Amino acid sequence: MKSIRNIVECRDVTKIYDQGRVKVTALKAVSLEIERGGFIAVAGPSGSGKTTLLNIFGGLDVPDQGTVSVDGELLNDMSQSALAKLRLHKVGFVFQSYNLIPVLSAIENVEFCMLLQGVPAAERRRRARSMLDDVGLEDKYDRRPAELSGGQQQRVAVARAIVSNPVMVLADEPTANLDSKTGEGLLQLMREMNEDKGVTFIFSTHDKMVMDYARRLVVLRDGAVAEDAQR
Amino acid sequence: MILQMGWRNIWRNKRRTAVILTAVIIGVWSMIFLGALMRGFSDRMRQNGIATLTGHLQVHRAGFRNDPVIENRITSPAAVLDALEILPEGARWTPRIRVNAVAGNARHSAGITLVGIDPGREAAVSFIGDAVRQGRYLQQEDPLGIVVGEAFVRKFETRLGNKLVLMSQDANGEIASRAFRIVGIFDAELESTEKQFGFVHIAASRKMLGVGDDICEVAVLLPSHRQVEAAAESLRQRLPEDTYTVETWKDLLPIVRETLEIYDVFIFIWFLAVFIAMGFGLVNTILMAVFERIREFGLMRSLGMLPRLVVVEVLAESFFLLVLGMAAGNLIGLLSVWALSVNGIDLSAFSAGMEFAGMSRIIFPVLVARDIFTANATVFLMGLAVSLYPAVKAARINPVEAMARP
Ligand SMILES: Nc1ncnc2c1ncn2[C@@H]1O[C@H](COP(=O)(O)OP(=O)(O)O)[C@@H](O)[C@H]1O
Ligand SMILES: [Mg+2]
Repeated sequence: MKSIRNIVECRDVTKIYDQGRVKVTALKAVSLEIERGGFIAVAGPSGSGKTTLLNIFGGLDVPDQGTVSVDGELLNDMSQSALAKLRLHKVGFVFQSYNLIPVLSAIENVEFCMLLQGVPAAERRRRARSMLDDVGLEDKYDRRPAELSGGQQQRVAVARAIVSNPVMVLADEPTANLDSKTGEGLLQLMREMNEDKGVTFIFSTHDKMVMDYARRLVVLRDGAVAEDAQR
Repeated sequence: MILQMGWRNIWRNKRRTAVILTAVIIGVWSMIFLGALMRGFSDRMRQNGIATLTGHLQVHRAGFRNDPVIENRITSPAAVLDALEILPEGARWTPRIRVNAVAGNARHSAGITLVGIDPGREAAVSFIGDAVRQGRYLQQEDPLGIVVGEAFVRKFETRLGNKLVLMSQDANGEIASRAFRIVGIFDAELESTEKQFGFVHIAASRKMLGVGDDICEVAVLLPSHRQVEAAAESLRQRLPEDTYTVETWKDLLPIVRETLEIYDVFIFIWFLAVFIAMGFGLVNTILMAVFERIREFGLMRSLGMLPRLVVVEVLAESFFLLVLGMAAGNLIGLLSVWALSVNGIDLSAFSAGMEFAGMSRIIFPVLVARDIFTANATVFLMGLAVSLYPAVKAARINPVEAMARP
C-alpha cells in the first residue's frame, strides 16, 4: 500500500476517442492525486474532458495511456466485471440528469445499490430511510422520480451515492439542470455530507458559484490540467 | 426487487402491453381450443372406427381380408377361441359370420354386408347393441330377424316388420337365399354404416350358408387402447401365422390411422405457426422496450449492476407477459371448450364430404392434460428463449455511451 491518503492516483492519463477519420484527444497526460475526504471541483468549459476524467476515475471508462488506481487498486487491467464490482462497492455516482430508475420509488432507488451488494432487506430499508431523512426527504419515501422535483431527484441520487459507504462520490455536473437556488441547496447538502460523514466528493461543473464551494479546484482546458489549487 | 422492476416496467407502456398480451392470449387460446377440437375429431373418429365392428383387433383366416368369401372362413373356431384366453382381464370378444350379400325386396336390391352375430357378445364389443332406434335388437333365439340401418330402410322404401331376402354364396359355392323379417332399425354416426350392414343371428347365417359351427372373424375389445399392440402380439404367438392373421384397428382402418397422423402433424404445425407469430411479437415488444430505456440500462450498469442481472430483469418482463397471457389464454381456452362440450359442434353441413374419413356429424372438443401442458410449455419456454435476444442486447449496452446520450 503506497498511499493511504490518496483515493485516486492517476498518472499521465490520455484518452483518445477514435471516430474513424477524426481523432479527439479528450484527455492529454493528466496526472492527479485525490486525497481522502476531499471536496474537489473539476471545472472547465464544455468539451474540456471533465466527464471523461470522472468516468475514468469511476471505472466506467479506461485510459488509452497512463495508469489509474482507486483505493490502491490499479484499474487498467481490470475485467469488465471487476470494474462493475469496483463501481458497485467503491464509487457513488451522481449524474447530471436521469439519475434514478423511473419504476422505483425514492426509497427503492436509494436501496438499489445495497440490493446489488447483497445487503439484507431490513438493513437496506433502515439505512435508506435514515439516508433520505438526512437529505431532507423524510416525507417522500414512496414517491416515484416523476413525482419529485429536479432538486429532490438529485438529493435522492446523492443519498443513493452515499448510503453504501463508497470511498468517493463522483458527481458529473450535478447542478447543471437545476436553478441556481436549488443547485446551491444541493451543494450545501454535499458539503454537509463531506464534513459530517467524511465522504469524498469529486464533482465537475462549469458554474462559478459551484466552484466557490470547492475546497480544491482542478481546472481542465482542452483535456489538460490548467490549474490545480487548494482554496 | 428485480422482479418488481420487471413487473412495473411492463405497465409503463400499457397499450403495447395490451397488444402483446392479446397476442399471447389468442395464441394460447387457439392452441388449447383448436387442440381440443382436433383431439375431439380424432378421438371420435377412432372410436367410431373401432365401434363400427372393427374392435381393437380381429382374427381371421389368412386370406379372408384379401378375399372375404365364405371359403376363407375359420373352420376350427375352437382353436381360435382357446387362444383368446390369454387376452388381458376385462377383454371382450365376439365371433361373427361376415359375407357379402345381396339384399332385395319387391322394389330394390343392393349389395350389403351380412353380419351374423352372437347378440349378447356383440353388444359388449360394437355399437350395434345400443343403436337400435325402432323395433328391437336381435334375441338369443332369432332365426328370422334382421336389423338394418335407418338409411337402408329409407332407400329400400320399407319398414319394420317387412320382409327382406338375402342372397349369398354358400359353403358349396351355390347361391343360398333366405327371407328375413326386419325386426329392428339402427342409427349410426355415418350414413354409410346404416346402408352397409345387415345384422342377423349367427345361427341363422350359419344355417343359410351351410357352415356348421364355423365363423369368419373374431373381434376383440380391450379395456384400453394402449393394450392393443401387446395383446395382438401375444395372440400372434398362439395362432400359426400361415393359418390366421391377427390385425389391430390400425391395420384394419388405414384411412383412420393416416388421418389421425395427419391431424397430429397439423396440430404441430399449428402450434409452430402460432408460436412463430407470437415469438416475433414478443421479441419485437421487448426489443422496443429495451431501446426506449437505453439510458436506464446504462445507469444501472454504471451503478455496478452485472450484465447477467440485466438479463434477469428483461427476462422478468417477458416472464410476466407470458404468465399473464397464458393464464388468460388458458382460462378462455378452457371456458370455450367447456361451453362447446355441452352441445358439441354440428358439422352436418360438411359431413357429406367428411364421412369418407369416418368423421362424425357432431364433434365434441376433448381436453387432454398433455396437450394443455405441451401448449403452455411451448409458449413459456420458447417465449423466454426468444426473449434472451433483447435481454442480452440490453446487458451489452455500454454505460458510458448510454449515459452520454441526450
Ligand atoms: N464517446 C465519445 N466519442 C467521441 N468523442 C467523445 C466521446 N465522449 C467525449 N468525446 C469528446 O471528448 C471531448 C471531451 O468530452 P467530455 O469529457 O464529455 O467533456 P466535458 O464533460 O468537459 O464537456 C469532447 O471533445 C467530446 O466531443
Ligand atoms: Mg460533461
